[in-house]
Amino acid sequence: MASISARRLAKELREIQGEGCPVGISLLKADDFATWWFSIEVMGESLYQNEAYTLQFRFDSQYPISSPAVQFVVTDGKQAPIHPHVYSNGHICASILGNEWSPVLSVVAVCVTLQSMLASCKKKERPTDNDRYVRTAPENPKKVRCHLPKSVSSANSFPDTIPL
Amino acid sequence: MSSDYEFSDDDGDYYDDEEMLDGTQEDDMDMDAFGEDFKVVPKGKHKAYEVEYDSLSQAAVEKLMKQDVDHICGIFGVDVSTANLLLRYIKWNKERLIEKYMDNPTTMLVAAGVIVPEASSQPAPAPIRTHSSTSSGFHIPKSLKPKVEEPFVCPICFDDDTSIQTLALDCEHTFCFGCWTAYVNSKIRDEGEHSIRCMAEGCALVAPDPFIRSILIPEPGAPKTWDRFQELLVRQFVACNNDLKFCPYPSCTNTVSCPSASSKASLATVVPTVSCGALREHMFCFGCPIESDHRPVVCGVARMWLKKCRDDSETANWIKSNTKECTNCQSTIEKNGGCNHMTCKKCKHEFCWVCMGPWSEHGTAWYSCNRFDEKTGVDARDAQSKSRASLERYLHYYNRWANHEQSAKLSLDLYAKTEKKMEDMQITSALTWIEVQFMKKAVEEVDKCRMTLKWTYAMAYYLAKGNQKDLFEDNQRDLEKAVEDLSELLESPIEAENIPTLRQQVTNKTVYVQKRNEIVLEDTANGFVEGRWKWNITVEGFDDPESD
Ligand SMILES: [Zn+2]
Ligand SMILES: [Zn+2]
Ligand SMILES: [Zn+2]
Ligand SMILES: [Zn+2]
Ligand SMILES: [Zn+2]
Ligand SMILES: [Zn+2]
Repeated sequence: MASISARRLAKELREIQGEGCPVGISLLKADDFATWWFSIEVMGESLYQNEAYTLQFRFDSQYPISSPAVQFVVTDGKQAPIHPHVYSNGHICASILGNEWSPVLSVVAVCVTLQSMLASCKKKERPTDNDRYVRTAPENPKKVRCHLPKSVSSANSFPDTIPL
Repeated sequence: MSSDYEFSDDDGDYYDDEEMLDGTQEDDMDMDAFGEDFKVVPKGKHKAYEVEYDSLSQAAVEKLMKQDVDHICGIFGVDVSTANLLLRYIKWNKERLIEKYMDNPTTMLVAAGVIVPEASSQPAPAPIRTHSSTSSGFHIPKSLKPKVEEPFVCPICFDDDTSIQTLALDCEHTFCFGCWTAYVNSKIRDEGEHSIRCMAEGCALVAPDPFIRSILIPEPGAPKTWDRFQELLVRQFVACNNDLKFCPYPSCTNTVSCPSASSKASLATVVPTVSCGALREHMFCFGCPIESDHRPVVCGVARMWLKKCRDDSETANWIKSNTKECTNCQSTIEKNGGCNHMTCKKCKHEFCWVCMGPWSEHGTAWYSCNRFDEKTGVDARDAQSKSRASLERYLHYYNRWANHEQSAKLSLDLYAKTEKKMEDMQITSALTWIEVQFMKKAVEEVDKCRMTLKWTYAMAYYLAKGNQKDLFEDNQRDLEKAVEDLSELLESPIEAENIPTLRQQVTNKTVYVQKRNEIVLEDTANGFVEGRWKWNITVEGFDDPESD
């Protein structure tokens, strides 16, 4: 029996190749079930008009039980978008990539969430702790817990929790 | 919180630790309820430098948790797993839970992930699940019954096998058994998570314990994962209670209860060195993250000193080197024992390893190697010489601090060799095993006293000039001299015929060293209680230094 991870990714890939990605998102490379690359662009009016970014997804054997490692590519002259939740090393502070990850979410769902995160941005700036973070951040963005205010969550938000 | 992000391979607890020491947590722990059976090492308060504490096994902590759970079950009329979810959500603050729950039970149950928000429209919200009649509190929730809906495809693995077993929490978000198993295992084992939410996106329902148990039981590694889950629950409970601290040593599951050191204010008067009771080496500080005994100095000062040493590590690194040059003939000398009395092999010059001064001066009363001559600092006028003076001052203390640590290590190494020799002698001579044991006790005592001495240098660095500091340094010097004497004796050559004399000398000096150590610890501890110690820097919990 193939691993859950391989079967899931095979199905996601089939769907992407069959139905295509939502507008502004396109698959750049997916030669295996370890690393995929997407191009992501914000459509319509936004601070990121005419800017295309490259997103990298890394999957381990636990996918989709555990989240993929997602980051913007910052090598080969590419840059991460300037955004209050995106560090200059490409790491992204988004709760759906961390403790709000659900195994029901897919690669395309992550792309769409990040696209809307950029689309709704009011001011282009780096996270306040960018320098400190980049100096000490581990290579794998999953190793870091994000504590930035107003972290990006997916469309369905949780019921309000009672402030303690 | 000191940082906006943290690495996830820490203890896996996502609760802020802000509450830990600020006294906001109610002190509702009933000490009498601990029960004699669960005291691993009962400790009475004997000495000024000892703090009263209890060591608790995991089972003992679980018993405390169960008391809270039973209490909540009794008041709210909910079952054990609901009470557990509520208490975990509210960080075991019973009073706050009672208040919030009385105010609006539905809101509370939704927030804790016990019920789905829609269920709030149903008539009787409080006892969602009827109280189980089994004494263990274990019951099979209705959702455990495999679903028999027709064309099921697992939304995670896309398995559509008709014989597939499925599971859902009360929210009815259904997934296959395999996905649930992988998810629960990954949450517990990889993420160290004790609160396991439904897998559906945005669903906040939390899996109750019987559900988790039913998933783990058929697994081959189940007992281990289930045990790990129990440990995570205990860790959360302990982290939520200021009176408790989990043993920091790897794979230890004991807890220490130390109510007298649970507030920030108390840490200005006590140094709460505790032991979890599982193993003798499991010693740690209840008041700060230092995993060793830092008596006699209080947590705030110890932490400040360690930070300074970290920040200045490069400047001071040369000190740790094991070789120095003889001040007389410049030949290289290597230190391979704990004793600081060095004799150059080449020119026979005797000197002190720490200050490089002649050893002859160390035996006389007027000379003290431990005291820093503050006059050099007073003379400094311009900024450059001032900063040089302050570096010299720091190096004086750091040098002695680092040297005690290193000497302790070296004397342990040396003892290992000596022990071997003594065992050999036991075979070749008429000595009994008991007769060769005196060295072991002495080495242990030297090690202990060097740790005290080490921290006295951290303390002296921050002590304000004056009578009190002078008295402190007198006691420090007397202990240091006693330790160096004993250390030297321990390195004298051992022959079968000199053993009886050596034994007598070593035993006498060990007793004396013990006494001197006791004096330093007692007097310093009393000084904290009496508010005698003044600092040359602002220390939390103490008066600001007087400007001079
Ligand atoms: Zn499945
Ligand atoms: Zn659900
Ligand atoms: Zn322990
Ligand atoms: Zn401490
Ligand atoms: Zn020499
Ligand atoms: Zn000296």
